[in-house]
Amino acid sequence: MKNRKKLFDKLYNVVAVICCLLLIGVLLYTVARLPHYGEENPRTVEVVERYVERGVEETGAVNIVAGMILDYRAFDTLGESHVLFTALICVLILLGKDEKNMRKEFDSYYTVEYENYHKLAGDSILRLVGYLLLPCLFLFGIYILLNGQLSPGGGFSGGAIMGAALIIFAAGFGFETVDKVFTEKLLKTVTFIALTFYSFAKGYVFFTGANGLENHVPKGIPGMILSGGLILPLDIAVGFVVACTMFGFYSLFRRGSIGHDHTFMDQQ
Amino acid sequence: MGITQAFRILLLVLLIGCAIAVNLTKNLMSAVIIFMSYSSIMCILWILMQSPDLAITEAAVGAGVSGTLFLMTLKKIRAEDGEEKKKKKKTAGRKG
Repeated sequence: MKNRKKLFDKLYNVVAVICCLLLIGVLLYTVARLPHYGEENPRTVEVVERYVERGVEETGAVNIVAGMILDYRAFDTLGESHVLFTALICVLILLGKDEKNMRKEFDSYYTVEYENYHKLAGDSILRLVGYLLLPCLFLFGIYILLNGQLSPGGGFSGGAIMGAALIIFAAGFGFETVDKVFTEKLLKTVTFIALTFYSFAKGYVFFTGANGLENHVPKGIPGMILSGGLILPLDIAVGFVVACTMFGFYSLFRRGSIGHDHTFMDQQ
Repeated sequence: MGITQAFRILLLVLLIGCAIAVNLTKNLMSAVIIFMSYSSIMCILWILMQSPDLAITEAAVGAGVSGTLFLMTLKKIRAEDGEEKKKKKKTAGRKG
């Protein structure tokens, strides 16, 4: 028995090394066959030409990347937003504190004796940095969000920055401060409205586009802030979903609930 | 070889170094920090490859939020370990 286990272990190691080497070989082979950096990719050149040459005219966005991800390929971005939403729901199911799915012994998991989870806010360095940085961070996030059609960035980046700023806010000033504004109900409402708006708006545009109908979304003048047709509202929708998801993750990881959890915290 | 090229090669070497170091570190905390530095290097590389929107996202998500989530998880695992050790000590004390 022991010999067999030893043999198995040895064989396992050998097979693992061989698998690793094979994987490395396959990946390096693929990388070597990719077109060089800066060169044109012969297979997709038609699409690229169309995007680069007629992108500004067709989407109204100076930032071609935004035009691509939120106009030509808006369904990809819709899928990504839904992936984020699904991930948040999964984390909520797994880590969410609920009387029905939590046993009493597990309560110590969240309220550890030597770490006061809910009152980290006493750290003076974090507070000072928060005072100095947070306004800039929120403004920067909103700027990136609103300028998605003009400059690099857009919904995902701006939303991630705003979510990170919310996390710093919660870490520095305590969850009680954030809870006054950011409740579970708010998160659910915002995410629901953003995703529904995205689906319907983009569905309308694709429906009219596919059937050769005229859609009534003004394109605006390229280069102005109100340009790019639906790109700006879609950017805002994606940004809200991302910001809510980021902060929801943090809140769930840290204390097992989004917003103030009345059923549990008031008992203790 | 221009200075930009040298900088790029240095960054790529650092990137590979980080990727290997994550695997070799035994300490989970330092693994998370190396992972975050990997994301930061990748962020500069995205800028050099002229895709600033990816760079912004990488800096916010890769180096910021995912690192924070890893750290939270580590904290929780350690807290649980500490609790278990405490319980073990208690039971050992009773026996003694």
